[in-house]
Amino acid sequence: MAFIETINLGQRREGRDILKGVNLTVERGEVHALIGPTGAGKTTLLRLIDMLDRPNTGKLLINGVDVSMSEKTKLETRRRMAFVLQKPVVFNLSVYDNVAYGLKWRGFNRNQIHERVCGILETVDLGKYSKRNARTLSGGEMQRVAIARAIAINPEILLLDEPSANLDPVSAARIEDLIRKIIKQSAITVIMATHDMEQGQRLADKISVFIDGEIVQTGNAHEIFASPRNREVAEFVGMENIIDGVVVSNEGNMAAINVHGKTIEAITEFGVGEKVSVCIRPEDVTVALARMPSSARNSLAGMISWTAFSGPLCRIEIDCGFPLVALVTKKSAEEMGLKKGTQVYGTVKAVSIHIIARH
Amino acid sequence: MEEIWNGLVKALQLIFTFDPEVMQVAWLSIRVAVTSVLIASIICLPLGSLIHFNNFRGKRVLISIIQTFYSVPTVTVGLFVFILFSNKGPLGGLDILFTPTVMVIGQVILVLPILTGLTITGLNGVDKTITDTARSLGASNWQTATAIIREARFAVTAAVILAFGRAISEVGLALMVGGNIRGFTRVLTTAISLETSKGDIELSLALGIILIFIALVVNIVMNRIQQRQ
Repeated sequence: MAFIETINLGQRREGRDILKGVNLTVERGEVHALIGPTGAGKTTLLRLIDMLDRPNTGKLLINGVDVSMSEKTKLETRRRMAFVLQKPVVFNLSVYDNVAYGLKWRGFNRNQIHERVCGILETVDLGKYSKRNARTLSGGEMQRVAIARAIAINPEILLLDEPSANLDPVSAARIEDLIRKIIKQSAITVIMATHDMEQGQRLADKISVFIDGEIVQTGNAHEIFASPRNREVAEFVGMENIIDGVVVSNEGNMAAINVHGKTIEAITEFGVGEKVSVCIRPEDVTVALARMPSSARNSLAGMISWTAFSGPLCRIEIDCGFPLVALVTKKSAEEMGLKKGTQVYGTVKAVSIHIIARH
Repeated sequence: MEEIWNGLVKALQLIFTFDPEVMQVAWLSIRVAVTSVLIASIICLPLGSLIHFNNFRGKRVLISIIQTFYSVPTVTVGLFVFILFSNKGPLGGLDILFTPTVMVIGQVILVLPILTGLTITGLNGVDKTITDTARSLGASNWQTATAIIREARFAVTAAVILAFGRAISEVGLALMVGGNIRGFTRVLTTAISLETSKGDIELSLALGIILIFIALVVNIVMNRIQQRQ
């Protein structure tokens, strides 16, 4: 029996299906990331799990118990959870009183509250601000107050809705460190929504990809990022090269795929004649000025059509009958003299290519 | 200009010599206004919260009606209270017409809409994320409502200040149901009205200045309370 289970959870608003029968299972102690583009329904699902909204269809089971049974069950269950919203929300009170609020509502006495709040404020490094009105803090500090307030109540389940989305990079990194610390120190079950796939990869044990109100794929970070189930997931997880083709041969799962007149070899179970999309991550493309002997099955000749530098990296597009984007270091690009018009070879190992069905 | 200056001088004289009649009139003004605002607050804050936190049919219409009554003329309220408590009125048996008690009742009715309406507005002004945060922290419905009211305290305090201003500055109601009886129901506003009609502009101005002074002191006190919050 899963610790948290949503069964066919659906939510409809203003004539639009925000959630379309979501089935999610989360085990106790698991850190589960919901990744997906903005507006995919991640926040809606978190709100339903925290029972802030009522679903149109389906139910939510916590420890096998249907929480929608009564208002009392709802309140009792909600008191085992904490939810940190995307926008840093603090009450117009001191930092101390903000963190103490949840404890007061649970009937803790003054000494217990003092001990707990002071300890947690030290954890989030806000001890020196305890008497300050929380509304006078920066966005990052406010979000730390919100996280402190959430963990002060010792929740079994922590729901995080893009907790670092609205913050500057330094504050965002600090919030992520704090979340990592909380996850390490306790056996807490975490469900976090994020549109930052790398954050999901860094923090989560399991990832569910949300597209247009549905969970399209669930798995560990490697499964999601290396083997996306369909084009939408592939696009979201950063597969920049998604090229349509048709399988022309397949011997023992070693397939040859015709892509715009060129042949790409990849490992797949798709049979001859099936329409597929070839997914190649830019970092898996090796760029060379001459055809090099190697074990890689695919070496595609082409001319560079554009280059774009970004920090220590350089993104280049090779026109080899279809556009192939590759990622190389800035240093390599400079040493090799890679620029628009340069003739190069893009080499990709068959094992680095992921094939998905084309609909 | 000279009259204003003389009025100011006279006001200071009356204040610093503790003129017994002026003190009595000023004290009654404060007593009636403070009592009525206190009673109205006890009614309006829960009433406003009740309306805000519950969804029912006709809620918008009710709020519109309440807001319309912000500007109800004091003489209209005075007339209503007069009819209610006159000898032949439904509550005439209480025999409280032309007493400070009925002036308090009248002022409570006068400030009810403004205090209820502004309480609702204040609670509406609290961001929905505050409600979500309170509930997500495990607050019961009652605890959530308390947290929201606490968040709206600045707006609610402002509503109380406004209600006090309306109560202490009204004249029509105090005249009609109080009767402006010297030493009993005469308040600053009715005294100003009487002295002006008698032609004693200086005294009227002095009383007016005292009235403004009282309003100023009350505002400063309330602002201090707000800042401390």
